[in-house]
Amino acid sequence: MVNSDQTPSPGDWELQSGESRLLQVLEAGHFAVTAELNAPDSADPKDVYANVAELGDVCDGINATDGSGANCHMSSVACCALMARAGYEPVLQMGCRDRNRIAIQGDLLGAAALGVRNVLCLTGDDVSAGDQPEARRVFDFDALHLLRTARIMRDQGVLLSGRKLTTPPDFFLGAAANPFVPPQDLRHLRLAKKIEAGAQFIQTQYCYDLPVFESFMRRARDMGLHEKVYLLVGVGPLRSERAAEFMRSRVPGVHIPDAVVDRLAKTPRKRKRAEGIRICVEIIEEVKQIEGVHGVHIMAYRQEEAVPEIVERAGILREKPKK
Amino acid sequence: MPGSEWLKNRPRLLEGVYAGSKSALQLLYPLLKRVLPAAFTERVFVWSEEVSKGYLFNCQMCGQCILHSTGMTCPMNCPKNLRNGPCGGVRQNGHCEVIPEMPCVWVQAWRRDAQMGRYAGEIQLLQPPVNRALQNSSAWLNLLEGADAQPPSGWSTIELE
Ligand code: SF4
Repeated sequence: MVNSDQTPSPGDWELQSGESRLLQVLEAGHFAVTAELNAPDSADPKDVYANVAELGDVCDGINATDGSGANCHMSSVACCALMARAGYEPVLQMGCRDRNRIAIQGDLLGAAALGVRNVLCLTGDDVSAGDQPEARRVFDFDALHLLRTARIMRDQGVLLSGRKLTTPPDFFLGAAANPFVPPQDLRHLRLAKKIEAGAQFIQTQYCYDLPVFESFMRRARDMGLHEKVYLLVGVGPLRSERAAEFMRSRVPGVHIPDAVVDRLAKTPRKRKRAEGIRICVEIIEEVKQIEGVHGVHIMAYRQEEAVPEIVERAGILREKPKK
Repeated sequence: MPGSEWLKNRPRLLEGVYAGSKSALQLLYPLLKRVLPAAFTERVFVWSEEVSKGYLFNCQMCGQCILHSTGMTCPMNCPKNLRNGPCGGVRQNGHCEVIPEMPCVWVQAWRRDAQMGRYAGEIQLLQPPVNRALQNSSAWLNLLEGADAQPPSGWSTIELE
């Protein structure tokens, strides 16, 4: 109930100043670790904190997905606001599937006001991938329009219409890259375009195919892109060959070579989960050596508890500054 | 549409036709404008674009044609309406995430851009957001009048590198 004598105090909700801590980690030359939060199907903030608990101590940033796979979960802005409030470093994923340009710019301002500094600008999976395929797809913007608009809001202090902002948002802007789907020989050009539009960091799709990733990085380095952007490689543990099969056939954009699936299939049932983790650790150890790789992004869907183990075994655990 | 595939895979020929039509129209337009009522011109243009570009490119009449910058491949056939390159959902066989039986528009566009002559490489240009208000109007007229080259005023506040 509203009490008219009490003026609400901004308290915790005052606009948090200071730049992205993820950016600070990368600027300091550390190998960064980000992870994906499993956004709950719930209206209870406790469910966000339960899922984030395993990740907070080992990650430099935590991504809140934006209806990934076109399935509805708690909104990414809300997940990020809850994380920021508890002292975590959220990465807001924002896709173009569900909002037009007006909603996008409004959400960007709102997120910044709630303490979000990192934004990952995405196209978004199509509605047909999810459990409500009858929904209307929006795609008023593409990911590059979104990137550049966020950059204009930050650097020029205006909305896309040209209208002035009283306080512009302070964003560290990111984009996705998927080197593993066709046209593989040209994917570095899309990366270049995203950097031109404003991307300062990149988080890639799941990497299970090192040769393809290496040739992507070679092409990117030939264009000097590795010096213009911080690149975090997407990785994740596979539970079993069945999970792998499901992911590569049902989740848009995921490529898993047969060799990886076979390796899991040959592993005895009880050790499959451990083998999945081992594969993930091996991939991190490999990509860490590649010039132009600045970190990893761990997507352990419903295996959050595996993230600390992966980070530790891959030798990329650092003392984290106090929250 | 049958028959047009052969042409679609000849972007060099199509870009020639595009460049020729553009010069011809730019020459003729001032005269047309003087003798014909505007509403009539618009109707004729819309109709002929629907027929010709509909056949050749499966044109979606967005009213701001960038075909010559996208390998003469209409990007509005991408179910996500992307204007700046392929999404991350392209299937391993090069087909579309959304419509599995359709080759990804952007994979085709990139391949065809490489075969082009005068406009090759333009696919790397950063395209502004689509002006949805121009849907179903004549792209040729918008080009001649300059209406297709007016991005939102905030868009151009940053210089492109
Ligand atoms: S796969 Fe290609 S055509 Fe299909 S939505 Fe993605 S970019 Fe568009």
